[in-house]
Amino acid sequence: MNQYSLFLGCTIPVRAQNYEASTRKVAAALGIKLIHIPNFSCCGYPISSLDEETAEVMAARNLALAEKAGADICAICTACTGVLTETAQALATDEAKRQHMNERLKDIGLTYNGGVKVKHFARILYEEVGLERIGAKITHPLTGLRIAVHYGCHYLKPHEIYDGFDSPENPHTLDELIAVTGAESVSYMNRMRCCGGALLAVDENLALKISKEKLDQMKELGVDAIGLICPFCSVMYESNQKKIETTFETMYNLPVLFLPQILGLAMGMDAKDLGFNMNRVRANAVLEKIGIN
Amino acid sequence: MAEPIKIDKYALKFRDEVLDTPGGEHLLKCFACGTCTASCPVREVDDQYNPRRIIRMVLLGMKHEVLHSNFIWLCSTCYTCSERCPQGVHLTSIMRALKNIAVREGIIPPSFRMQAKAIREMGKLYEIEDFDNKKRARMGLPELEKKCPDLEALISQGKLKDIK
Repeated sequence: MNQYSLFLGCTIPVRAQNYEASTRKVAAALGIKLIHIPNFSCCGYPISSLDEETAEVMAARNLALAEKAGADICAICTACTGVLTETAQALATDEAKRQHMNERLKDIGLTYNGGVKVKHFARILYEEVGLERIGAKITHPLTGLRIAVHYGCHYLKPHEIYDGFDSPENPHTLDELIAVTGAESVSYMNRMRCCGGALLAVDENLALKISKEKLDQMKELGVDAIGLICPFCSVMYESNQKKIETTFETMYNLPVLFLPQILGLAMGMDAKDLGFNMNRVRANAVLEKIGIN
Repeated sequence: MAEPIKIDKYALKFRDEVLDTPGGEHLLKCFACGTCTASCPVREVDDQYNPRRIIRMVLLGMKHEVLHSNFIWLCSTCYTCSERCPQGVHLTSIMRALKNIAVREGIIPPSFRMQAKAIREMGKLYEIEDFDNKKRARMGLPELEKKCPDLEALISQGKLKDIK
C-alpha cells in the first residue's frame, strides 16, 4: 500500500492539469507515493465501442506496465477506473483470456500475470487513508461552503466490479470526503444522473441537454460549487458551461472543483498550487467565502 | 394501425449474432418491463431513444434498422439500466455488442473513426504537444511521451487494423 502508479488517461494531461496537480499535492501530504509511468496510453474506453477486444488489449498493456513497475494503479478519471478495473478482474480470474491477451502483448515485449489492482483516488482516500487521517490534516475548515457532489457513472457502476465499497444508487463516500473538510455536501434530485459526456462527440446538443438538467437543479439550490472526480464530467459542467448558457439562454456561473482541490484548500494548501488559476469558471467567490483572496 | 412486422428465419440470425458477441449473452432474459427506458438519462431528453424498443428490434431480427440507426451510438454507458434491470440483461453491454457488430459491417460514425485514428497514431485521444509538456513542466508535472508505438503495433494486428 501507499504506492501507486498514477494513471492519467487522455483528458487530464492536456485539459485538467489542475486535477493532476492537486491530486499529486494531496497524495503527497497524506503519504501516498505516486509513480510516474510516461508511456501509459489511453485506457481503452473510447475503443470499446468499436472493438471490445482491442480495448481489452489496451487495458492489459497498461496493467502490464503497472505490474512491471510493481505498483497498483491509482486512476483519477472514472471511465479509466471502470475499464481498467473490469479488465484487471477478468484477467485475474479468467486464465484463458489472460493467455490470449499475453499472446497479443508478446509482440510488444510485455506479459501480464494478473497481479494489479485498480482503484480511483477517491476510493483510496476513503478506504485506505480513511476519514480520520484526512480529518487530522484539515487546518482550514471550509465551514459554510455548500457543494453539490457529482459522482459520475463509472466510479461505482457496474457494481459487479467494485466489491460493493459504496452504493451505486445512494452512495456516501464522496459526501463524506467533502464533509470531512467542514464543507456541506448538498443533496439534490437525480444526483446520480450521468453528465452526458460520452455523447458529446456524437450529438452535442443532446449531451448539453443532459448536463443542463443537473446544472439547473444545482443552481436552484444555490450551491457554491460542484465537486467531482472525473475530467470528462468536468468537460461537460465546466468547459461547456458557457455553451450550455448560450444554447439554452440561461446563466449559472457555477465553479467546478475537483475533489483534491477541495481537500487541498482545507489542508491549507495554496490555491495556485492546486491549479485554481486554471479553473475555467472562476472560483474567486468560493475562495473569498472561505477567507482566501 | 401499425404495420405488421414480417419475421423470416434469416432475420433471426441477427439475434444469434448478438447472443454470440461478447456482452450480448443475456439478451433473451429481457421480459420487456421497461425499467431500462424509465431509467435512461438519454431517453429523458430525447424520446427517439428507447432501450426497450432496441431490444425488441434485435429480438425480431431487425438487423438493418438497428445497425443503421443513430440510436445505437447514443448510449451514454452510464449503466443505470444495467443496475436496475430485474432480469440481469446487461443492456449497456448489449449496446456495446451492437456497436461492435455495426463496426464489423463497416458502419462507424465519423467521430468514432477519428478517435480510433488518434489512439492508433498517438496512443491517446488528444495530442501531447511540446506546448503541453512545457506547461506541465511549469506546473511541476512530469513530461509525457508524445507517441505510443506499442499501440500502433497492437492495433495494426487487431480487428481495427483497417480503420483509417
